[in-house]
Amino acid sequence: MQGKNLLELAGAVSSGAVRVVDLTFTLSPDFPVIVLPPEFGQAAPVRIQEISRYDGRGPAWYWNNVTFGEHTGTHFDAPIHWFTGKDLPNNSVDTMPAKDMIAPACVIDCSAGAAQDPDFLLTVPLVEAWEAKHGRIPERHWVLLRTDWSKKGWRDYANLREDGAHTPGPNPAVMKWLVEERGIIGFGTETIGTDAGQAGHFEPPYPAHHFLHGAGRYGLQCLCNLDQLPATGAVIVASPLKIQNGSGSPLRVIALVSVN
Amino acid sequence: MLQRCEACGAFAYPAREACPACLSAGLTFVDAPRRGALLAETTARVPSDVYFRERAPWRIGLVRMDCGPTMVAHLHADCIEGAPVLMSFQLDKSGQAVAFARPERETPNMADDRQWREMTADPKFRRVLVTNGRSLIGQEAAAALKAAGAKTVFVGVSEPWRPFAGEQLLRGQAGIEIVTLDAADEKSATDLAADIGGKVDILVNTTEYVRPGGLLDRRGTGIARDEIDQAYLGFINLAQAFGPAMRMRGADGINSSAAWVNILSVYALANWPAFGAYSASQAASLSLSHCLRAELRPGGVKVMNLFTGPVDTEWFQTVPPPKVAPRAVAQAIVSGLRGGLEEVYVGDVAEEIRQRLAANPKALERELDR
Repeated sequence: MQGKNLLELAGAVSSGAVRVVDLTFTLSPDFPVIVLPPEFGQAAPVRIQEISRYDGRGPAWYWNNVTFGEHTGTHFDAPIHWFTGKDLPNNSVDTMPAKDMIAPACVIDCSAGAAQDPDFLLTVPLVEAWEAKHGRIPERHWVLLRTDWSKKGWRDYANLREDGAHTPGPNPAVMKWLVEERGIIGFGTETIGTDAGQAGHFEPPYPAHHFLHGAGRYGLQCLCNLDQLPATGAVIVASPLKIQNGSGSPLRVIALVSVN
Repeated sequence: MLQRCEACGAFAYPAREACPACLSAGLTFVDAPRRGALLAETTARVPSDVYFRERAPWRIGLVRMDCGPTMVAHLHADCIEGAPVLMSFQLDKSGQAVAFARPERETPNMADDRQWREMTADPKFRRVLVTNGRSLIGQEAAAALKAAGAKTVFVGVSEPWRPFAGEQLLRGQAGIEIVTLDAADEKSATDLAADIGGKVDILVNTTEYVRPGGLLDRRGTGIARDEIDQAYLGFINLAQAFGPAMRMRGADGINSSAAWVNILSVYALANWPAFGAYSASQAASLSLSHCLRAELRPGGVKVMNLFTGPVDTEWFQTVPPPKVAPRAVAQAIVSGLRGGLEEVYVGDVAEEIRQRLAANPKALERELDR
């Protein structure tokens, strides 16, 4: 690509011809985090503590100390997060190729199905139907599952019941197929986790984590504003914090969308 | 408690070096019979002391104890000259033990007496914040305080998006108001204090984070950090968010701020290695509570610590009985506040640890490590 084209892109962003859609929830203590059975270790919640706020602790400046687990807020999953990806090269957020941080996306709208059934599952036939309309999913594209789940109140968003979370996600077959037959770069969701709420009971358990990370691919979760993306053509910028040997991190995810 | 002579059995007051009856030096403090008779009473209308001047008129009297000594005492309004009274030592607003005389028999609305309420932290008419409604103790405490006549019981619930056992019941009760509070989060505590900090008369810190294990059987500091976050830093967040306003409101009419309650494990006093790191977090909170007591004292706000042994909850599942029922803790909170106490030991285990620690701390340490 010519340097001139890049400048054109910058100009298009500036003029609004290319819209920048923020797919990120605000990182705050109030946002739900994944809940594991209490006998397992838990993600540290997001905490924001003032160091000073133009006061005796620092008269002219405001700043905070922030603590959080790697998998809080809108966040990125690297292959090292799952046992299937533990031995892959460059499998952590600090060693993954920087070029993987920018890639196009296919957005599959399942909002109608998810509205009917909180345990809605994406399947191969559903993706094939989407392909019939929008074309075959190209390699190294993100597949983003739109469910409009991000528009819910936080209690319904987490949707925890006695037997765990009930939120939509992919079934095992479609994950295997997307990774092996379509060569996607990653899979993104609006829910807490790339997998469905009840995915612990699937075979294999947590198929999105299992297949994505086993093949060196990535996950994005707790995304919002997916309803503002076209089915194809958006470009996702997702660069996680460069945490040493990190398994993931909260991050700012943006999508570039051509207005025409 | 009064001094009694070991030689002749006579009671002595005020405290002295030798028995006034037989000159024996063997005077020990024992629980004295509490009955007496009101000899004379007077009403101070313009007291010189600034505290009492603001609260005048104030009744005091001379009580002749059945066991001998005559004492000056603060009087309940229903005490009648010549009639029998029951004496007790109460902690006044400055934390000083003072003699108080009440009628021998229960009178109507006896606990509502103005002078009595100065000495106690009765939840009746007051507004209470129970910090953790997710726990059984928090839920029982809320119900017990409401039943004891609290005007409003605010119940803190962290992560409101996350359902919990007992939620339906808690939400359905009149006079109980659910508020969002994660004490371990500074902002959450500050936000809630901004809303209700000016009307919390009694704060009941029911933070509960129990995990087994000491040092060697755990990996890393993850759980210890959670323990410190919840028990210790949560305490600090609550104190900084609610403490200053409570201290300012110690004399704010009938429902003035009155007390801060902590529920602590008795293993704050002596480490129980099976729950060793938890014990340490409780010891840290206990130390902090003494600091808070000193800091709240200028406002006349009491700090009451309740010590319990293992409570009958999930995280003590593997511990054999005796265990303390959450309801017993809740009842102890109410009775402790009514009595204006600073320390309450709930259940046999807590009481036993207290006694054994006083008798022989090294022996207790050895025994707890089995």
